[in-house]
Amino acid sequence: MTNKDTTVVVGMSGGVDSSVTAKLLLEQGYNVVGIFMKNWDDTDEFGVCTATDDYEDVRLVAEEIGIPYYSVNFEKEYHDRVFQYFLDEYKKGRTPNPDVMCNKEIKFKAFLDHAMKLGADYVATGHYARVTHDENGVQMLRGVDNNKDQTYFLNQLTTEQLSKVMFPLGHLEKPEVRRLAHEYDLATKDKKDSTGICFIGERDFKEFLSSYLPANPGRMINMETGEDKGKHDGLMYYTIGQRQGLGIGGDGGPYFVAGKNLETNELYVVQGDHHEALLSTSLTASEVNFINPVAEAFECTAKFRYRQKDVPVSVKVLGDDLIEVSYDSASAVTPGQAVVLYDGETVIGGATIDKVFRKEEALEYLA
Amino acid sequence: MSIYVDYAATTPIDKEILKSMLDNADKFGNPSSIHRIGKEAKAFYETSRKNVAQELGAKPDEIVFTGSATEANNMVIRGITSYYDNPHIITTAVEHASVKETYADVEKTADVTYLSVDENGRINIDELRNALTEQTKLVSIIMVNNETGTIQPMAEISEAVKDSNALLHVDAVQAFKQLPVNVNTLDCDFLTLSGHKLHAPKGIGVLFIKRNTHLNRIITGGSQERERRAGTENTLYAHAMSLAMHKAKTSREETSVVLQALKETLLTELQQQEVPFKINGSARTQTNHIVNLYFPWSTSEYLLTAMDMAGIYASGGSACNAGTVQPSHVIEAMYDEDRARSSIRFSFGEQLAEKDMKYIAAKLKDIYTGLDSNGFI
Repeated sequence: MTNKDTTVVVGMSGGVDSSVTAKLLLEQGYNVVGIFMKNWDDTDEFGVCTATDDYEDVRLVAEEIGIPYYSVNFEKEYHDRVFQYFLDEYKKGRTPNPDVMCNKEIKFKAFLDHAMKLGADYVATGHYARVTHDENGVQMLRGVDNNKDQTYFLNQLTTEQLSKVMFPLGHLEKPEVRRLAHEYDLATKDKKDSTGICFIGERDFKEFLSSYLPANPGRMINMETGEDKGKHDGLMYYTIGQRQGLGIGGDGGPYFVAGKNLETNELYVVQGDHHEALLSTSLTASEVNFINPVAEAFECTAKFRYRQKDVPVSVKVLGDDLIEVSYDSASAVTPGQAVVLYDGETVIGGATIDKVFRKEEALEYLA
Repeated sequence: MSIYVDYAATTPIDKEILKSMLDNADKFGNPSSIHRIGKEAKAFYETSRKNVAQELGAKPDEIVFTGSATEANNMVIRGITSYYDNPHIITTAVEHASVKETYADVEKTADVTYLSVDENGRINIDELRNALTEQTKLVSIIMVNNETGTIQPMAEISEAVKDSNALLHVDAVQAFKQLPVNVNTLDCDFLTLSGHKLHAPKGIGVLFIKRNTHLNRIITGGSQERERRAGTENTLYAHAMSLAMHKAKTSREETSVVLQALKETLLTELQQQEVPFKINGSARTQTNHIVNLYFPWSTSEYLLTAMDMAGIYASGGSACNAGTVQPSHVIEAMYDEDRARSSIRFSFGEQLAEKDMKYIAAKLKDIYTGLDSNGFI
């Protein structure tokens, strides 16, 4: 099949990355269709909605480069499959990763299906990751730009999903993408990159969450001394390793969140970021996704949060949907976040962190 | 391939009308100026008003030119609800957005009753009679629905309203192309029309206000339109409006035959191709220029995109921000939200041919089998 006969639906967000993605595919001769996804309605009392502005940028770029463009509404799917999970995880005292879930359920499921129904051969996005399809099957590799690599968020994509996906920016550095946007003179060439979780945007996180979940204030306890360090605003507002926003100080350096007790509604804090209470040596994880088959036990490297340096680990497959990951020592490994496994540049797979241990002993992160 | 089946959204400008506008473009004066150039424009403008009045069975001083039917509907609703103190108003659950949203906006100062509709999209006359009270000042009814083509029982409605103190406001935007629209027969106090649905340019509407009817004005300024709508008169567009109405009226019967054939061909072809669908409402109580179809195996959003990719331009629901589609409140009022999410409006014009209908049916068949064979249904 030649590129001319290959239809690629590009998920266009109105940002510079997906704009360049569409243009690059067009330059390579593909039959390109742009589709904007509306996943969240943030229309305020003045009728202002960021999606309207973003869609306007999609329109401008699509008209500039000469591709058809459409819009699709996944507000319901996003609410049911991503936002509900997000709230449920917070209720459990965990720290969810809605971007991972959005990729798994919306961008590469609902959207992918929509594109396939419209006759697409592939779906492309502006993610910084590489995917190869060849006689050895499907592989996902880190984006060449290590600073922008987004494979952490893509770890739940299955072989089947990846076989229909293209990431044309994976082999580019971000500054090169900007340069190309200028070279092509795209309407979005100087648009600021979006930050944060899409449905919260620029709003205050605490305020946002409190409008969906009742806040239940309690006590902050120094884990070492048992000393009462004052009031916390609700366990859901804190994540393991967090330093900002605790409102406590004093001699001996800053305090960090080290655990939560859901039963007593207590927040455990410790002094010093290399405090032993924050350190762990293994974890168990579920929602396991391996892109290609693996051995029952193997060595590799892993990330426990986005933009963290890889840590050497040993992985044991304990069951159908359970793995154990062991390592020398890592700080503030957080239940609800993803653990993503790498073999050099290749993504082996990923899972969601459930329990964290220090030398076989379960940490009271979620007592 | 490019098949436009969205004539209820808007229509192309008639070439003859466009030519006549250009031929009269030298009458550029301001009709309010008292010099000769102004008077020339005034004469031209008032001729258009007289012609429009004639097409409706109205008197020229009962006709107000507006910028759109949306503006005309706003003038009636805001003009009446502000004229009275907390009036009671009756309307239906299936009005055009320009009526629906305007009532939503004035609900703080008016008590609005929304009449329900049956599966055919028609109101129940007893419900209307029961809703009418001494305090009811206005009844707003869409004569032909813009999404389904459903015709309301206007004779019975005006009969019921006549027995009350209320004024009758008829939105006849979609009706004029297909049905006789006469303010005396309808016995209405307000009637609104739009030019661009009748092959005139966008930017012109008509509001009929029966003599001696009182309402507040919402656009203030100069004393144009007998102080009912300020703003320099849009002479050329009013001219286009009068021509468009005349053309639509004189070709009504002929057009109806063409449109009926198009509609029937589409429905027959879809049946023959075995594409599962149902008609929203009943063809017996609908005009020929609109048909709204329910495709239980897909969504309007998907179908509109897939059809667009095949060069078929229809609609479904109302356009929302960010290019997405809001399910039709009309279909929802007749059935439910699920059905509204899977319904498409096809609306026809004289320019279409029966082979276009065959193409649409064949493409829908392709789309249907494509989804079915890939396990998407």
